[in-house]
Amino acid sequence: MMLPDDASTILPLTAHAAGYRVGEKWLLQQANFTIQAGRLTTILGPNGAGKSLFLRLCHGLISPSTGSITWSASGGAINGRKRHAMVFQKPVMLRRSARANLIHALRAAGEPQIQARADETLERFGLNHLAAQPARLLSGGEQQRLALARAWSLRPQVLFLDEPTSQLDPGATRQIEEMIEVLKREGVTLVMSTHDIAQARRLADRVLFLHKGAIIEDSTTSEFFKKPATTTARAFVAGDLLW
Amino acid sequence: MRLYAKITILNFDHRKHTSDVVNWNLYNLDAASPFRAAMQLILGLDPQFLQIVGLSLSVTLTAVLIAAVIGLPLGALLALARFPGRSAIIVLINALMGLPPVVAGLVIFLLLSRSGPLGALGWLFTPKAMIVAQSILVLPIVIALTRQIIEDLWAEYCEHLTSLGQTGVRAIPTLLWDARFSLATVLLAGFGRASAEVGAVLIVGGNIAGYTRVMTTSIALETSTGDLALALGLGITLLALTLAINAIAFGASRIGARLAGAS
Repeated sequence: MMLPDDASTILPLTAHAAGYRVGEKWLLQQANFTIQAGRLTTILGPNGAGKSLFLRLCHGLISPSTGSITWSASGGAINGRKRHAMVFQKPVMLRRSARANLIHALRAAGEPQIQARADETLERFGLNHLAAQPARLLSGGEQQRLALARAWSLRPQVLFLDEPTSQLDPGATRQIEEMIEVLKREGVTLVMSTHDIAQARRLADRVLFLHKGAIIEDSTTSEFFKKPATTTARAFVAGDLLW
Repeated sequence: MRLYAKITILNFDHRKHTSDVVNWNLYNLDAASPFRAAMQLILGLDPQFLQIVGLSLSVTLTAVLIAAVIGLPLGALLALARFPGRSAIIVLINALMGLPPVVAGLVIFLLLSRSGPLGALGWLFTPKAMIVAQSILVLPIVIALTRQIIEDLWAEYCEHLTSLGQTGVRAIPTLLWDARFSLATVLLAGFGRASAEVGAVLIVGGNIAGYTRVMTTSIALETSTGDLALALGLGITLLALTLAINAIAFGASRIGARLAGAS
């Protein structure tokens, strides 16, 4: 039986003993976790903990060396269309106008009603005034908003965000966080990496704490910040430098 | 009248000429005469001269177009594909950028000569043969430089396009389009190679007056017959044409790049 797109879900995403290594070095090891529908999960940890790698494995850009990471729907796709998207730390802007960037993504992903969807997306995130501008000449904040809007236009059930505000000033960070809140309210399942403790506190419902390629804590945000279970997480929350 | 005297030399049949009739008037060549010859050629709008310029342009531009249609996608494919022997092919194509035009001309000559494998086409000593020869010369440049440009762009776009499901051959249209301003320079390099060469078109075209005579072969001929002023005049005209085409292409690509924010 064929279910309509929005009635079926690609979630949960389940990892069984997933590991990734380059040469002899394990960048992620023995990762076990489940991402359920709804809410925002943050992958928290210091630089080099393997956060970006974690998201790339989930999104399928790279495959685990050991174990498995699987969607409940094969490949995270329904009716042949991928239902998860990703926004990168440094947004990849094609050498075209802002609107043409949306058109390109919609067309590449095989979505219907491309023109209307692009206009709807620009409208939805207040980017109309930037539509005709070359995407690469936009400011860093505008580029990241466009990247987020572009990912949203694909109607993903799950959206991966890799340190979406790490290169932005507080004003632009605020705008991106507002967009993230909107997506959350719409019911998009979000998985976001960050090294910013305050941002995790503001946005996240659940924290996966990653250190040296291992998930060493998995708890709700309030639990994590109230009493971290490990000394490493305690030190990180207290603001000590980890390496 | 002076111009006509000069122009008739363009019809000089090099097969009949012998070296003892060559009048090397190098020492009484006055410095302004090449420019005067160039001005007379350009302003005189002599039909034979215009025919030579027209043939030069149409042969070279057609060759660049053919090399672009074949070379741009092939270069992009080579940038994205991973297969055993890839490095060897890249080295070979890079080396072919230095293929001597006379060697290319000789190979095409052998292929197209009456007893050659493609002799039945009857293309030898026609503009078609010249287009084939110049396409062969331009193609390695287009493939090699496109490969490099697309490989660099892919490094930047890789994750986004992979995320959208545009991998392998499906990424090529996006990459070629977004690299269009850099690729315009590649085609200009190809144009330069083709418009400047004399060896290949001379061998496969035969420098037949009014039919396969182009600017470079005219220059070679006028030099060997001793009319250095006319040879230099033709040279100045060729340089001016090349400069004009490059200026137009550069201007258009610069404006386009600025509008697209690709610079």
